[in-house]
Amino acid sequence: MTIILLIAFIISLIHLSVSKRLKTYVSVLAFQGILLFGAAFIELIRINLVNLLFILLETIVIKSIAIPYFLNYLIRRNKITRESEPYLPDFISLVIVTAIIFGSFLLSGTMYTSINRLFFMAAFSGLFTGLYFIISRKKIITHVMGFLVMENGVFALTLAAGAQMPMLVNAGILLDIFASVLLLGIFVNKIGGILKEQEAGQLRNLKD
Amino acid sequence: MLGTYFTGALVISLLLLLNRKKNWNYILSVAFLILQCILTVYEFNHQGIQELKYFTADALAVILLVISCIISVPAFWHSYIYFSKGKWLPHEQSIYFSALVILLTSLSGAYLSGHIAVTWIFVELTTFSASALVYHRRNLRTLEGTWKYLFVCTVSLTLVFIGILFLTMALQQVGLKNLSYSNLLANAPLLNTFWLKIAFLFIFTGYTCKAGLVPMYTADIDAKDKAPSPAGALFSSVLLNAGFLGIFRFYLILSHTGIFSWAGQILMISGFLSIFVASVYMYKVKNIKRMFAYSSMEHIGLIMLALACGPIGFYAAILHLVLHSFTKSSLFFQTGQVYRIYKSKSVYDTGDYFRYNLAGALVLLSGFFILSALPPSGMFISEFLILRSLFESNHYWILAVVLLLLTWIIWSMGKNIFKLLFIPAVEPQEMSMEKIPPWESLSQFILLALVVYLGLNPPFAFTELIHNAIKNLPG
Repeated sequence: MTIILLIAFIISLIHLSVSKRLKTYVSVLAFQGILLFGAAFIELIRINLVNLLFILLETIVIKSIAIPYFLNYLIRRNKITRESEPYLPDFISLVIVTAIIFGSFLLSGTMYTSINRLFFMAAFSGLFTGLYFIISRKKIITHVMGFLVMENGVFALTLAAGAQMPMLVNAGILLDIFASVLLLGIFVNKIGGILKEQEAGQLRNLKD
Repeated sequence: MLGTYFTGALVISLLLLLNRKKNWNYILSVAFLILQCILTVYEFNHQGIQELKYFTADALAVILLVISCIISVPAFWHSYIYFSKGKWLPHEQSIYFSALVILLTSLSGAYLSGHIAVTWIFVELTTFSASALVYHRRNLRTLEGTWKYLFVCTVSLTLVFIGILFLTMALQQVGLKNLSYSNLLANAPLLNTFWLKIAFLFIFTGYTCKAGLVPMYTADIDAKDKAPSPAGALFSSVLLNAGFLGIFRFYLILSHTGIFSWAGQILMISGFLSIFVASVYMYKVKNIKRMFAYSSMEHIGLIMLALACGPIGFYAAILHLVLHSFTKSSLFFQTGQVYRIYKSKSVYDTGDYFRYNLAGALVLLSGFFILSALPPSGMFISEFLILRSLFESNHYWILAVVLLLLTWIIWSMGKNIFKLLFIPAVEPQEMSMEKIPPWESLSQFILLALVVYLGLNPPFAFTELIHNAIKNLPG
């Protein structure tokens, strides 16, 4: 069952690479949150109730509900046009993300581990696809979304780390996501207040 | 004590945020400085004792705490002078000081932590408080600097987190769970080197955003440029030390395994590239604060080269770190005064500094000589030891190229500083120039004198602390 969920996660990355509308990005991020919750629930069925509730909070409440709501608020508030504008055409994005997934397949094959290879594949795909989105998209809000895709990849990696997920690791992810998205959101608001079109190309004044 | 310190600092920061009266600001800042000094003295006397389950004061933590305590005093003082000379809204002042207190507290937490994930949490907190400091002037350029800093540092610290996860996997293979440094040091030879290598790559790359090394140095340069000068001084000294600490502690763990020389090679590549990039940019740069920011990059590159090179290098690296913190912070405090006089940071708009601010010009001149490691500067001793350690570990080509690059850097920096000090500006507006009293440069003279003293005649406690900090490294 976990295999299906993780494969759906990887396929959602491919979907992200060709989607044009910002709303699709937000919905796919929410969907990934639900998939990761399912995978976590199945893998960690043996742990105690408090830890399980914490993970439930983290995935469903924050990843699938709070953050998409906050992103929609930012999009509406700053009147960001609903298209995400990439530097590369969509087809090239598709090829690159497929290459990233294939590369993570090869990379996870070299890991000396008895743990399920699929977790590593999902984690590396999420990580490198997130980095790719940060590089190849023009709008600032899509930079934040690329960061969130990276965080989903990191979550898959914590599932791979084993059945004992220490509380500290959980707290770490929560701190990372929550505070980073909050602060990034505040600054997206401020940038939106000053710049008319929210393009990263306009943030070019600081150079030598 | 540590619990008291954290709660006290949190309370002070909240009060600073809510308060709008000047006198209360002074009282709260002095209270925080006293708290910081008490913590430093306490940790100095109680080394090696575990507190609050995750914090231990070892020798390196005590050295960095003392540096932080010494530099935070002029940082607060110069921040007050900065605020008294402009029209600031009260809430801007509150946010600045509150963020300053949180930055210094989270740095103390990062220095003292004995657990790798707790270090990560506190360094994450420094990112947030530092971005509040960078975003102080609220125009488009500072917004851009803050955005870049926040984004690059968050992504980099996510990479550190991934590295910590790989380390957890390495531990689980041998059945351990505890991520504290003492446990990792004791069990390092048992861990699978493949996982350790991946973990080291991720953790090192992540912490370079704080330390200002290649590859993640860019955000740091912008932050030091755009933040107010006292905040820039803190970024260049104590925040850089936190990045160094993150890298150093993991390097220490690797020293007990078979991949120590591989890790040394990684440090050497990064250090060398940092010096190279810094020298190229310093040739081109016309903004004084950016020039000093790139100079920080050069020095941390030298420190990384030293760390890769054997026992003399280890001692020299920590000595250089301490001396660099004092020198660089004093120069940043001085550039605050330069900006107040000329209202510009470019070398074209500034000049003939001796005429407008004699004490400040003397600080800049002596600071330049001390930073370039000319004798009797303490940094002459540490740089000499670094170059000697490069020679003794048979890295002759790197030594030769580094010497050439350092000469080039001294020339570029000297060109800009002598232009600032001696050659009149293109269009000086003497009417609008502020008269700065000489006693405002007193703190910088004290810091520079401290550098000379620590280099030439260091107290025994100081050298003993450095030896304790490196005693776990081989050789």
